[in-house]
Amino acid sequence: MSAHAEDAIPRQRHPLISFAARWLLTTNHKEIGTLYLCLSFTLFFIAGALAMGVRAELFAPGLQLVSPNFYNQLVTLHGLVMVFGAVMPAFVGLANWMIPMMIGAPDMALPRLNNFSFWILPFAFTLLLSSLFMEGGAPNFGWTFYAPLSTTYGPPSTDYFILGVHMMGVSSVLGAINIIVTIFNLRAPGMTLMKMPLFVWTWLITAFMLIMVMPVLAGVVTMMLTDRHFGTSFFQAAGGGDPVMFQHIFWFFGHPEVYIMILPGFGIASQIIPTFARKKLFGYKSMVIATSSIAFLSFIVWGHHMFTTGMPLVAQLFFMYATMLIAVPTGVKVFNWVSTMWRGSLTFETPMLFALGFVIMFTIGGFSGLMLALVPADFQYHDTFFVVAHFHYVLYPGAIFSTMAAVYYWLPKWTGHMYDERLGKIHFWTASIAVNLTFFPMHFSGLAGMPRRIVDYPVQFTDFNMVSSIGAGLLGLTQVLFLYIVVKTIRGGEPATDRVWEGAEGLEWTVPSPAPHHTFQTPPDLHGDLVTETSVRAE
Amino acid sequence: MQTPRERAARSKTSDAVWLKNGLVISLLWGFSHICAANVLDLREGVTDMSHRVQNLHHISLGVCIGIGIIVFGAMIYSVFAHRRSRNPTPARFHENTLVEVTWTVIASLILVIMAVPATTALMDIEDNSDADLTVLITASQWKWHYQYVDADIGFYSNFATPRGQIENTEPKGENYLLEVDKPLVLPTNKKVRFLTTSNDVIHSWWVPDFAVKQDAIPGFINEAWTRVNEPGLYRGQCTELCGKDHAFMPVVVEVRPEEEFDAWLEDQRLAIALTSETAVADRNKQWTIAELQPMGEEVYVSHCATCHQPDGMGQGSKYPALAGGAITTGSIEEHMDRVMNGKAFTEMQAWAPQLSDLEIAAVMTYERNAWGNDTGDIIQPMTIYQAR
Amino acid sequence: MIRSRKLKHTALLVLLAVGMFGFAFALVPLYTVFCELTGLNGRTAGQESYAGPVVAASDRQITIQFLAHVGNGMPWEFRPTEHRLQVRPGEMHTTMFYARNRATRTVAGQAVPSVTPGQAALHLHKIECFCFTQQELDAGEEMEMPVAFYVDEDLPKEIRTFSLSYTLFPVDSTPGTKVADN
Repeated sequence: MSAHAEDAIPRQRHPLISFAARWLLTTNHKEIGTLYLCLSFTLFFIAGALAMGVRAELFAPGLQLVSPNFYNQLVTLHGLVMVFGAVMPAFVGLANWMIPMMIGAPDMALPRLNNFSFWILPFAFTLLLSSLFMEGGAPNFGWTFYAPLSTTYGPPSTDYFILGVHMMGVSSVLGAINIIVTIFNLRAPGMTLMKMPLFVWTWLITAFMLIMVMPVLAGVVTMMLTDRHFGTSFFQAAGGGDPVMFQHIFWFFGHPEVYIMILPGFGIASQIIPTFARKKLFGYKSMVIATSSIAFLSFIVWGHHMFTTGMPLVAQLFFMYATMLIAVPTGVKVFNWVSTMWRGSLTFETPMLFALGFVIMFTIGGFSGLMLALVPADFQYHDTFFVVAHFHYVLYPGAIFSTMAAVYYWLPKWTGHMYDERLGKIHFWTASIAVNLTFFPMHFSGLAGMPRRIVDYPVQFTDFNMVSSIGAGLLGLTQVLFLYIVVKTIRGGEPATDRVWEGAEGLEWTVPSPAPHHTFQTPPDLHGDLVTETSVRAE
Repeated sequence: MQTPRERAARSKTSDAVWLKNGLVISLLWGFSHICAANVLDLREGVTDMSHRVQNLHHISLGVCIGIGIIVFGAMIYSVFAHRRSRNPTPARFHENTLVEVTWTVIASLILVIMAVPATTALMDIEDNSDADLTVLITASQWKWHYQYVDADIGFYSNFATPRGQIENTEPKGENYLLEVDKPLVLPTNKKVRFLTTSNDVIHSWWVPDFAVKQDAIPGFINEAWTRVNEPGLYRGQCTELCGKDHAFMPVVVEVRPEEEFDAWLEDQRLAIALTSETAVADRNKQWTIAELQPMGEEVYVSHCATCHQPDGMGQGSKYPALAGGAITTGSIEEHMDRVMNGKAFTEMQAWAPQLSDLEIAAVMTYERNAWGNDTGDIIQPMTIYQAR
Repeated sequence: MIRSRKLKHTALLVLLAVGMFGFAFALVPLYTVFCELTGLNGRTAGQESYAGPVVAASDRQITIQFLAHVGNGMPWEFRPTEHRLQVRPGEMHTTMFYARNRATRTVAGQAVPSVTPGQAALHLHKIECFCFTQQELDAGEEMEMPVAFYVDEDLPKEIRTFSLSYTLFPVDSTPGTKVADN
């Protein structure tokens, strides 16, 4: 990418200044995409390090390394940074890089806004992470920050947390607006909505969800702030408020949020599997319908996080049925991926391996999600390690594996170099083993009765926790390998062809590798050459 | 009018009918039953409801394993049979409305199979009427209080695992972290209704063997019920993050045969009378600082030190230092108010209902004279009694 | 042309985001309305009038349990004077809660009601309640505080027992006006 430095900043300046100015002031979607991905990668390692702290403490019963209060801070920051710092910026970064190239647009529709929405984030996370060094410590109430633990009982740093969440919210909403405006206005002639690549489709839906729920999160933290300092009682029973209302509003944001973290992953799998099956995606239309139904349903199932708060029977039944219903469109997607592979001509390069790992392990997470939907059983599973296992199965192999698949898939396009296939495969297999070693035993400790978010546990859960901790350590190491592979690819490697993958289809593969600074300055005309139905193959 | 037991039995048979409907499912169900040796399975528990919940767990797990075998089987087959070396020319199909509609319908039908037993079980769980006994459970950081609503008997159930076991200086016992000084006592074969509420943040009361988990929410009450079939000691933990000692807030329930339970209730009444007799003797005595100090230290270590620290230095502004503190070296009246009534919307709870006159007097005397506070004040139990 | 369409879309989406921020706050009254309709959180309604005894259609007996809680920092003794009461739908009843200020200063408190199961709250009508206003007691003062209520006939048949609980919170130290007097 350094090759384009000259055309970004033409004047002669001190190299350091021009380097800083280039990245600070860039409005190029590829550079901003790179910034997002780098930030996400950094925060992924920070949040991962926090998780290592959690797992190290849980290696054996008893208090060994951290105090209970610090443990709660680790758990909270791990969740917040992974969700808002690692997963979401990674997807936004991929969107920035790929969406204009996939729809034949020269850039994002609102390039300066794009720059702004990125540069909010480093400040937001510096603020959030600096709370670790404040008096009273970092937020210690879990990433779900239930009132009143987070309001009247929260540490002083809670106010910084609130400000940080506001900043992340503004960034996400602006990013989402940009993506929607880009997709609606800058598609190449002939690229109708129903011809868009699935990754673009899933991101379009995700962006709408972001705009609808991030402001609700902003609203709920604002209420927290006024409850803490301005004498309101939104969540305080004493003043006529209700702490359970916090949970209703939070999960009205929170449930769509978990789909925000998975829909772009669905899109990625839907790009990669057809490429390596050398066969068109099965059921394109039903994929779009399924994604939209999942998005819609995600707004009416929030109550399933709250079955133990004392809801009336009718409400419990409604949320149970609505939640079970989500299994149908999700199932349809999985069936479609399998059908895409069926009688294809499969090869298993690293992106394909990660995509298949994604499908299998995400499905396992989906299964436990279906089990959790059944209210009587949820009374047993709720807030135990069974839930921890469930959402890590949908998030790690879901959001993280799909991002890694995307990185391996598009890295040659970004850098012009092929990654080291052997190392990539080693990365996939070790990461897959480690993920299962870490998270599968959590199902069992949860079923046996281990609550989540505890710093110390009864001795009968020791074996499961030791296995989990060993797995987690291995998982952390495999990601260092990933970092090495990515850096190595950026620095050099076998040159990549324009199409990169023999079965790859779509506009992004028609531009040179590495993708030049500006692409599709004049939009490609796709009339008569429908992207999703094109049968051109580089053979 | 059916009893819950009959209803449970009836719905068990309907479960069985469902299972018979699909040979595959019941085979898988049996398979999961065998594989899931005790350690890997959801706890069976000791109530009819916990058995039904476990059964529901088996049904849903069986369904998931069944679907998993089909889907993953197809994938794995495809991975081997349709790799490029074996199938160099890919097929060209990319949609099939019939297939797509069929699997959508089948998936929906499977959901209905799971929803039926879940709904019937849930309706019974939510039927809280006609209880034989009501227990009010009040959570606070980090202990439970149990009140037998109609019997005027109530007590705190404090965490009882020794600090040394947690800090790894002593070997851990079998029930490490699951021990309390005084368990909740319940009779067998009686419908017990639990009312839950909290004094500070949200907690959640859970006994896995009863399949009862209910949040305790400040300012609100919730309800749940159980009917335990077998006497025994049952242990659980708080399951909602409630602050720093969330891990150290166990639930222990001792279930006794009915007659023994009645005898126990009688004992409790006698014990209350006895305590009030000692209390009278205690408060009529003039205590010296030498007598109160060691007693006060003991109370301090078991109730106050977890926040204010054994050396009285506190932890930041949230848990203020008592060594040289404004209150512990200030007016006795204010100190007494803080200890007895707590401080609103903070972790500082009201100790008046939890400790005896003598204990409060001792701990206050200790706080006013330890760690260089040296006020020389001696608080007599009589003073506390009069402030009640 | 593209430019003005971009601006229009951007403006609409910003409007949507702002609207959703407002929606978060609109959820608060919506939640209250929803609770009043379904009894979701077991909050009772405010003061209502009593239209006189309705002839009970049946001999239906309903048991009401009374419970009292004292919040942290509230130096009051507070308890119901009777644990339970058997009532018939339509009949008006009065029960007393006992309160005594243990402190050596005047203290005001606000009682917050909660009913479980929540649906029962919809059918419990209070004509008089100490929870309608703040209560104040001088040092050492005690009083009995009345709740006058009736249960209407539409109470679902399966509810044969319900609990009415009051939690008493101190008024002078609402969380927003925390004083640093540790």
